[in-house]
Order: sequence, then C-alpha cells, then structure tokens
Amino acid sequence: MSDKDIILKVDHLTKTFKIKSSRLFGQPSFLNAVNDVSFEVRCGETVGIIGESGCGKSTLGKSLLRLIEPTSGDVIYNGQSLMGKSRKEMNELRQEINMIFQDPYSSLDPRMTTGAIIEEPMKIHNIGTPQERKKKVDSLLKMVGLDYYHAIRYPHEFSGGQRQRINIARALAMNVKLLVCDEPVSALDVSVQAQVLNLLKKLKDELGLTYIFISHDLSVVKYISDRIIIMYLGRIVEMGESEEIYQNPAHPYTKALFSAIPPVSPFEQKDITELKGEIPSPLNMPKGCPFYNRCVHATPKCQEAVPALHDIGPDHKVACVMYDQNNK
Amino acid sequence: MSDKPLLQVKDLKTHFFTASGVAKAVDGVTFSLDSGQTLGIVGESGSGKSVTSNSIMRLLPKNGRIVGGEILFEDKDIAKLKISDMLDIRGKDISMIFQDPMTALDPVFTIGSQIMEVINAHQKLSKKEARDYAIKVLGMVGIPDPEKRLKSYPHEFSGGMRQRVIIAMAIACHPKLIIADEPTTALDVTVQAQVLNLLKDLQKETGTAIILVTHNLGVVWRMCDSVMVMYAGKTVEYTDVRTLYSNPRHPYTWGLLKSMPKITDDPNVPLASIPGTPPDLKLTGGSCNFHNRCKYCQKICMQESPQMKEVEPGHFVACHFSKEELEKIGGSIDE
Repeated sequence: MSDKDIILKVDHLTKTFKIKSSRLFGQPSFLNAVNDVSFEVRCGETVGIIGESGCGKSTLGKSLLRLIEPTSGDVIYNGQSLMGKSRKEMNELRQEINMIFQDPYSSLDPRMTTGAIIEEPMKIHNIGTPQERKKKVDSLLKMVGLDYYHAIRYPHEFSGGQRQRINIARALAMNVKLLVCDEPVSALDVSVQAQVLNLLKKLKDELGLTYIFISHDLSVVKYISDRIIIMYLGRIVEMGESEEIYQNPAHPYTKALFSAIPPVSPFEQKDITELKGEIPSPLNMPKGCPFYNRCVHATPKCQEAVPALHDIGPDHKVACVMYDQNNK
Repeated sequence: MSDKPLLQVKDLKTHFFTASGVAKAVDGVTFSLDSGQTLGIVGESGSGKSVTSNSIMRLLPKNGRIVGGEILFEDKDIAKLKISDMLDIRGKDISMIFQDPMTALDPVFTIGSQIMEVINAHQKLSKKEARDYAIKVLGMVGIPDPEKRLKSYPHEFSGGMRQRVIIAMAIACHPKLIIADEPTTALDVTVQAQVLNLLKDLQKETGTAIILVTHNLGVVWRMCDSVMVMYAGKTVEYTDVRTLYSNPRHPYTWGLLKSMPKITDDPNVPLASIPGTPPDLKLTGGSCNFHNRCKYCQKICMQESPQMKEVEPGHFVACHFSKEELEKIGGSIDE
C-alpha cells in the first residue's frame, strides 16, 4: 500500500467532552466520545463505520471535518494536516470533503427552494455566474434522479427519499472527493433505502468518490463498504475487509453483532449469542477493555489495560487480549 | 377454548378528517389472530400499521374515526364499544407496547407507582400485594434487583431497561393480546435481540397473542407465525410467514422482500428497489393503491380497487391478477 493512495489518515484522534457537574462547585467529569482512533482511507474506497448508539461514530464523522473540534490527534487529508488550518482554509477544504446527515427532514432549510439549497454552496465559494450555477443545479438534480422542475419546490413537498437525494445533490455541488455519510438511509423505508443506496453506489463509480459510511445497520454497511470499522465505546475494536470480517469475525463484540442481525428468511435457524447487559455509559468507562463487562470470554487480564489493535491477518486488525496471546 | 379466533378484524376503515380532505389511513384491513400466536404487520411508514393497532386500542386522535368494519375481540365488536367500556379492556385484556421507551413512561413518577397504577386499575389488591406483584413482574422481565428498582425514576434506566419496564406494565394484568408497535426500533441491535427473546419467552409462559408492528422483515421472520403486509392503508397480502417468504403473490410483497438489504447480498449487484413513492392517502380509492409503482400495472388496476381473495387456504391477496397471470404480463419476479 503506497502512501499515494491514502486520501485520509486519522491519527490517534480523541474527542473529550467536558460535562459540568450538577453541583455548583463540583468537579466536571469527562466523556471520551472518541478515544484514540487511528485508521486510513484509501482513494476510491468505501469505509463503513458501525457501532451502537453512543459509541462515538457520529462524533468521529463530524471531527473529521472539524465540525466538532477534536481534543487531540490529527486528521491528514491528502498529505496535509487539517488541525492547523484556519477557519478560512478549512472552508476551502470543505469543497472537497463534505457530509450527508442522517435526518433528511431537518437538514434542509424549509424556507429555501430546492434550487437555492443546492446552489448555496456554489454561491458561498463564489463559483460560476448565476446562469452557470443554474445549469449545474439542473445537472445535479438529474444526476440524483430528480427533475429540473423540482428546483422551484420547497423541501416539505418532497418525501424522505427525495429529500435525501437533495442532500446528496447539495453535497456534490462542489468538487467533492471525500463524502462522510452519517446514517444516510436509517430514516428511510426499505424500498426507498434501496433506491438511495443504489444511487450512492452509482455516483461513487461515476465521480470516483470516496465514502466514509457511518451506520448502525450491519446489512447496509456490509453491502456498501469495502472495509469495515467496528467501534465500541469510542474505540475501534475491529477493522478489516468487509468480506473477511463477515466470514471471520474475531472480536467477541463483532461476533455478537453479527449474530444479532435478524434472519434473512423464516427458515433460517440461527444460534444467537445474546449479549448480557447494555453498552455502559461512557462517563464511567470500565477499566481495561471497554467490552469487559459484557464479554463472554472475559478474563481478569482484560481488566488490566485497554487492548491494542493487533494484526490477525492481511488487513484485519482486532483489539482483544485473546488474539494478543496467540501472537506471542 | 373455543375454536373461534381471539381477534378478528374485518375490513377495518379508519379515516382522518383534516382541513385539506379525508385521509384514508386505514382503508380495508382484514386479519385474524388466535391465542398464543404472533402476527406481524409490516409496511412502510404511512401505510397505516400504527393506525391499525391504535384503532384496535381505540386510541385515535379527535379527527380520526373508525368509519367501517368490525374489530371482534372474543366475539365482541370493540369498534362500537363506548370509551368507558373500553377502559376495562385496555391494559387488562389488550395492552400495548409503544415504540419509544423514552417517552412512553411518565418522568415524574417512579417505575413502581406506574406499574402499580396499572395493577390497581384492574385488580382489587391491597397496597402490599400490589407492590409484591409489581416486584414479581419486574423480575419476570429480567430487571435485576427489582425491589430496589421500584423506587427508581425512568431517567435512571437505559433504553433497553425502559422497554423492559414497559413490557412489565403490559403483562401485569395477564392480557390476552399484546400489541407491540415497533418495540425494538429505538433500540440497538444487541439490545433488540434481548427484548425480542424476552417477548418470545413471556409468550411461551403466558400464552398471550401478540401483534407485532414493524418495518423490519427480519424481525418478522424471527418472531411471527403469520404476517400481514400493508400498503397505503390496505392489506395487500396476509398469510403465514413461511408461505409469504417462499410464495409471495402480490407485486408489492415481491418488491419489499427483494429490497431488504441482506447480509449475504453480493455487493456488486445493485439492490432491487421499488421505484416511486407511496400515494397521497387523501387521493386513494377507486384504483389499486399500488398501481403507480407496479410494473405489472394494467388498465383494470387504475379503474378498480382489488378485493381480497383467498388464493390458497389461509393465503389472502389483494391483486387483480394471479401470480401466473402477472408473470405472463411482466415476466418473472426474479428479473
């Protein structure tokens, strides 16, 4: 793997939120939403990030664009660190890195027409004449499967799936290379979800985009991603090629996640490794392995330190003590 | 036990009277359910799943009315019951589990007082007996240390635990029917599996019937005996789960089954999707509601609303054409 292919490198990224104490002079507590996360994204691939609510996947997505300011660590885009950039430089860069949000209802301004919504980023960056921009809006609408006459309508006139298409069109209005999709289909119905997923795949091939695809739905992530990152309580517990992870899940949490997927047919008999308990609050993080209190294979050793990511195969890393011992 | 089904819904119609017209949210829903069985109601948002279950509970907003059809619960038509009589049935014979465990509990009362409220409303028990009973049901739904937890407030529980509390309230009076409206949609996958297993175990113990409203077919495969597919307020197909999976008859069901992303899917093949969007419920009726998205659409589909037909024993479909005729019109479903 040469460095040239790497479009985004995330280096020990950490985001800590300070939570005020409910008492007047009480000590504030700290919430580690994203904890020491490192990974690389290659040009033209789709990286899926999966995890349960509260695992920090959305915070991670927003930190990549510095919509949330990370506490420490670095994000390197095409060889340049984003952390030292000024606000203006960052705005310039957001032409190339963009984001699609989860809720198609609240991410569009209800008082703007679709055309104005899609045109806005071009206006902000001073691109083209009004005529050129209008032309571009028409072609973008066509690209996402809408028609030119939709440009004069308002968001409330559209269904959820269509609104998500408008969101995608707006994200593509600039010369986008990397698109962070934060749960883009989870608010949509299955039949519409399939339409949007197909659209995202088509656009990726046509425009040579790179996606970071955040979702809690394993089937969706497995379908769209080349590589998968599984997060738990702000940390990466496993990452690798999506087919490899699906065939050989290594981390006990990944195994539980896969077994919790509802069956694909009524004839399927599945052994369910049911997890005990729920994801603990990140405010009182257990010592050692974050998964310790729910893990079926937990040993006293797990409580000693947070396990590091180990290679267990080509491009397959897992953070679990069990695999650490195997390597020794 | 009589051989009559516990619940029979016949051609139920619930309409909403709004300023801009009459929305036919439920416009012809038919199914029946036996004790101890689980029925899944699937459909997209706006297809009338929740309005169907709210109609059975008679929990409709002011502008919503049941305008036709029957809801026979143990041979009593509860669609025409007075609300005061309905209070005796709600929570006792039929209880409901709502989608959002965050809002279904009252934040200013303890868990214990909320559960005891349900118990006291329907059973004559002393305070101590009610309390002991509340502890018992909390234990049944797998809440650790139930005696202590009685004094907790909802905000002290996590989402999965709150859903367990709601299930405890739902089973407190041994209902004959539990309506679960998207009980696991707000929960994480691993917690979702726990809650579904809990419901299944409780059903084995108590023999209640369950109506499970969901948009997730995977949940239906895991939990249900029979399934009703709804589209734009109408039942389009109703049969047992295995038949629906192996021999679906309605074009919408085909589309729905195929557009579900499955973990076994090949990423290189585009997902099948149903083009277009569901119709405006104020404009439906007079034609097949699915005609604008159906690739088999014929002239008759735009002129007449199809009736429910029993194509084989226990398999009901509302389509003008049989499967063979459809395949002749538009080719096989696998294309």
